[in-house]
Amino acid sequence: MDRTAIVLIEMLSSISTLVIIAIGLAIIFGMMRVINIAHGEFIMLGGYIGVIATQRWGVNFWISILVIAPLVVGLFGVLVERLVIRRLYGRMVDTLLATWGLSLAMIGGVTMIFGNTIEGVSAPFGGVRIGAFSVSGYRLFLILVAVALLLGVLAVLRYTKAGLIARGAMQNPRMAAALGIDPDRVYMATFGVGAALSGLAGGLLAPLTGVIPTMGAAFIAQAFITVIGGGAAIVTGTGLAATLFGSVAKLVEFVSTPVIGDAALLFVALFVLRLLPQGITGRFFRRAS
Amino acid sequence: MSLTRRSMLKSSAALGAGALAGGMPLIAEAADEIVVAQIHDMSGGLDIYGAPMVETFNLAADEINAAGGVNGKPLRIVTYDPQSNMQLYSQLAQQAALRDRAAVVHGGITSASREVIRPVLRRFNTLYFYNTLYEGGVCDRNTFCLGTTPAQTVEKLVPYVLNRFGPKVYTIAADYNYGQITAAWVKKYVEDNGGEVVATDFFPLDVTDFGATISRIQQAQPDMVMSILVGGAHVSFYRQWFAAGMKDAIPIASTTFGGGNEHIILTDDEARGIIYACGYFMELDTPASKDFVARFAAKYGPNHSYLSEIPTVTYEGLHIWAKAANMAGTTERMAVIEALESDFEFDGPTGPSKIDAATHHAYRSAFIAECTGKGFQFIESHELQPPADTQAVCDLIANPDENQHFQISL
Repeated sequence: MDRTAIVLIEMLSSISTLVIIAIGLAIIFGMMRVINIAHGEFIMLGGYIGVIATQRWGVNFWISILVIAPLVVGLFGVLVERLVIRRLYGRMVDTLLATWGLSLAMIGGVTMIFGNTIEGVSAPFGGVRIGAFSVSGYRLFLILVAVALLLGVLAVLRYTKAGLIARGAMQNPRMAAALGIDPDRVYMATFGVGAALSGLAGGLLAPLTGVIPTMGAAFIAQAFITVIGGGAAIVTGTGLAATLFGSVAKLVEFVSTPVIGDAALLFVALFVLRLLPQGITGRFFRRAS
Repeated sequence: MSLTRRSMLKSSAALGAGALAGGMPLIAEAADEIVVAQIHDMSGGLDIYGAPMVETFNLAADEINAAGGVNGKPLRIVTYDPQSNMQLYSQLAQQAALRDRAAVVHGGITSASREVIRPVLRRFNTLYFYNTLYEGGVCDRNTFCLGTTPAQTVEKLVPYVLNRFGPKVYTIAADYNYGQITAAWVKKYVEDNGGEVVATDFFPLDVTDFGATISRIQQAQPDMVMSILVGGAHVSFYRQWFAAGMKDAIPIASTTFGGGNEHIILTDDEARGIIYACGYFMELDTPASKDFVARFAAKYGPNHSYLSEIPTVTYEGLHIWAKAANMAGTTERMAVIEALESDFEFDGPTGPSKIDAATHHAYRSAFIAECTGKGFQFIESHELQPPADTQAVCDLIANPDENQHFQISL
């Protein structure tokens, strides 16, 4: 009984981690078709900002990770968009090269400015007892955050004017321009929002993973697999793919080893893309967003 | 042809380029100085280890030069930064051997980097010192491996923690050479001491999510966890362990915790109480150790890097080579090797050490310490521990031409 509950919580926790690290990329790559190889480094930067705001500037922990981290990374994203990305729209392979360079520069820059050994912050809430087990309260909190993130992004895209404009501008920039919308500014804002969500991911995960300049590498592959596996409907797709990959990986990990769990995630991704080359929402839930 | 300044510049530039391409020594080797090369990562992911190694190495060089150099000649240190990139390692080792004609090369951090430069230096007959703790098994007369190997630290750590915490051990280890071999030694010593390893889990180096593992450990209910986790991603385990409220429920012992500055990256609450076995820790309260730390602080200021085993053995490494070269009366390679093979002893900050002629590894101290947050507190020490793992597979006295990295299996 306890064990079933624990396996379930670990599955949800793994799914929520995938959602948190992939949602920013879902917007930047899924919506804007910019292959952002620096996505992991955006997460890393968010983690650094969150930790440094808490440890060095003495800001409240929650404000640091939930407000300052996404804000700073979002502004950084806008800057990157203005300087680099906006010249490369529609040239997917070029965005890959440019953002790869950006990721190397960010790792080097953060190492130079902040150093590669900084003290992290501990996760709040402590342990929560479930029968004979004890799980981190903070991980339970992250499950709620992931649900909120998915619903929030979905609501903005579907039910707000800004979301409608963003979707329209991505789909047909010229038509949007003809209707009096400046696609250039929409792109900038959308990239900024994607970057801010990546920064938020970094802030949220920092208490569980700590921060080092090279931490992005641990997230980048999983984020891309989740977004690509999800397919065209970015929010529904990311949620579905995270659910599938996260639960399979965790279940396999519980019955075997973490190495095989990791391999299982990749194997399922391979399988999904072989059967559904357009991702899950390329075949099912096609009208979702 | 009139010789203008411009054509003069051009031709001398061409000459310089030709000299480079031809591998000629650009910097003429002054007869009265000895070139010693170090190859340590000062940038990239490994600079956590490499930067302090360069600092301690330079401190040792300063001290040797202040004491009159080696055989009356001063050392000139050539420092190379391979940027955590294995290709550069091979290139820089060739440069050190062929262009600088270094009397000895110290360097390499990971086993992968060592196995890149070791064959290069052997081929060019350049003496090589590897000063990092590693999994053991290198058997090469041209190479000296001075750091601790698993048998040295694990043998002393296991009885101490079994006695203090209880017989049921859960091992978690990094999934590569070092982790696999060290986990095998843990199992052997736990069983030798009447304990039981209830499970051993291995993790790829980029794993950051330890949730399922923490549940598995809770289910197994061990008396303690033995951690052989390595690198930045694995630090997540200690955070998530603390976040799950397990810190005070099940104690952790480790042979790796602290070597990668884990205790600096974690908060005090997350790190406190972890038991660590190693070849050196900075708070060691012996006159030689305190003196070493004071000299280091005098050179690099009060906020200097934490001195763990790796930079400290790097410091001893250069001193050991210098002492052997002084004994031999020359820096010629074979003479220095023979000096090191004849019951060579050395006293340094880690305590006494002795070179084992059969393996070219060191008998050295093993310490057990407890993390107090940002530092460690001494528990016990064991002098002159033999590198028993490498001794089981390597005998350079019987087979001086051996040139292998043995995979030690138990």
